[in-house]
Amino acid sequence: MSERAIIELKNITKIFGESPEEALQLLKKGLSKSDVQAQSGQVVALNDVSLSVNRGEVFVVMGLSGSGKSTLIRHINRLIDPTSGSVVVNGRDILDMAVEDLRTYRRTEIAMVFQNFGLLPHRSVLENVAYGLEIRGVSKPKRRKTAFEWIETVGLKGYENSRPHELSGGQKQRVGLARALAMDSEVLLMDEAFSALDPLIRSDMQEQLLDLQKKLKKTIFFITHDFNEAIRLGDRVALLNEGELVQIGRPEEIILQPANQYVVDFVRDVNRARVIKVGAIMGKDETTPCEVAVDQSASCEDVLPLFATHDWVGVVNEKNERVGSISAKQVISALARHQATIS
Amino acid sequence: MFPEIIETRPIRIWIDDGLDWMVKNWGDAFEAGAYPLLVLLNSIQKFLLFVPWWMIIFVLAAVAFLATRRWALPIVVVVALLLVGVMELWEDAIKTMALMIAATLTTIIFALPMGIAMSRSALLRGIVRPILDLMQTLPSFVYLIPVVMIFGPGKVPALIATIIYAAPPLVRLTDLGIRLVDRETMEAAQAFGATPRQKLFGVQIPLALPTILAGINQTTMMALAMVVIASMIGAGGLGYQVLQGIGRLEVSRGLFAGLGIVALAIIFDRITQAFGKQLQERIGLSEHKL
Repeated sequence: MSERAIIELKNITKIFGESPEEALQLLKKGLSKSDVQAQSGQVVALNDVSLSVNRGEVFVVMGLSGSGKSTLIRHINRLIDPTSGSVVVNGRDILDMAVEDLRTYRRTEIAMVFQNFGLLPHRSVLENVAYGLEIRGVSKPKRRKTAFEWIETVGLKGYENSRPHELSGGQKQRVGLARALAMDSEVLLMDEAFSALDPLIRSDMQEQLLDLQKKLKKTIFFITHDFNEAIRLGDRVALLNEGELVQIGRPEEIILQPANQYVVDFVRDVNRARVIKVGAIMGKDETTPCEVAVDQSASCEDVLPLFATHDWVGVVNEKNERVGSISAKQVISALARHQATIS
Repeated sequence: MFPEIIETRPIRIWIDDGLDWMVKNWGDAFEAGAYPLLVLLNSIQKFLLFVPWWMIIFVLAAVAFLATRRWALPIVVVVALLLVGVMELWEDAIKTMALMIAATLTTIIFALPMGIAMSRSALLRGIVRPILDLMQTLPSFVYLIPVVMIFGPGKVPALIATIIYAAPPLVRLTDLGIRLVDRETMEAAQAFGATPRQKLFGVQIPLALPTILAGINQTTMMALAMVVIASMIGAGGLGYQVLQGIGRLEVSRGLFAGLGIVALAIIFDRITQAFGKQLQERIGLSEHKL
């Protein structure tokens, strides 16, 4: 196991149906997913999915409905048991845990945010945020104090005594987020957390999550069906299609080197100028003196105006050391690459 | 004619003799077992008869106000109860009310745990549901006979017959209410490491409460529907007046007592319904359905 990995999913296969073992044997014989489903009548939700998530990163799994992404995330806190494979979190296989250990694990190491919020409608916002702590057995004054702090952090100060049905969708999900963050557990699972929200609210929430993450440095396992959301939030992104992993990589890697046509189809609609960072496409020239330099984390969109007056500009890292250069040509070919590959 | 395939007489004799044997040998045990029911019913009745009539009217009107936060229902309650008193049916109405309350309380004690257990086990649900169907559809006279034979005529068999008839809706609605609790809310409780007990008392029962209350409402109504039959075996109360009306061909007596039953039904129906509505609003019905 690598030093940095906190979650490791190994060869997860999940089959829904009456006799999953039978279907599993067929899969092992090398039959395709659709053949297995036709032959056994069982549904293969996940087929041999392996991935590892590093400590402190935002790992996004993107897939369309029916891709098995919601099934996948539920393996990490064992709301679902795999048909075969193992789930290792913090060095322990959670499938070996007894009921009591599993509860302790859920109460202390992992928290979850749900698509439709999963709030308790009969409780106030404050009591909802304190719910996880209550389950954990934290004393009332202590959990109220923690809940107050997190409600303020997510921007719901003043709503402590409201009930969930009095809130808007965005506010409800802030409650869901505060409830999960109040647990102060290392891993945060977010199952389509922003999918039920309006586009503008969704964008706000994404920004807030990124801001919080800068301070909190949690390990976030995020599920979405929105490719742009995946690209925006993810340090790394995994694409899931019909229960199988298609590609894992940093957002730029996926945009610049899509693994197959399925990925290309998603990449097509992405605003490449905003997503592709200069550092990912720059040249190696570190010595030629330059008049202007940009940070390597700048996007193509950011450097474009400079090319009105310069043929190329230097690229520097966060310590302001020169690490390369970038020309208008390089930017244009990066932005155009995808058209070039499919024509 | 339908051909005789097997001789059923021995079976019937066996059932009748079996019941006789049970009454002879276990009659005392049954009576002792049902004694707490009698104590419950008698204490409720004694208490309600001890409290002055205007106090009962005042308390019920106050409860109606608390349930609706409006004046309409309390006024209806006061008028209906005054009418009952004017018709010289106060004591009978109290006896009927006591029977209904005792039956409802006993039903809650048995039906809630049964409904909860059913919501958790498909097997148990499969077994219990046909029994509930039987309890609701079997003409009550069919089980009145053995119950009276075992306990002798009086209040206890009347109470037991009422419970048998009134319990099924509460069991069903408790089971339904718990199973209707939003799946994601349950998943959230699970994800935060809630124990089965924490899930039951912290999530399932509170969220099922409006449905459970609808079940209690049904139970009170069905208990009232049984009062005439119950009075045949010694329950007394308004039902007895109806029976006497029939027996003596006194239309007025039957009509007045019948109206008294209707008055009680309206009062308890509206109050329990209003509480259910209040509860639903507090939870936020739209959220509940999501």
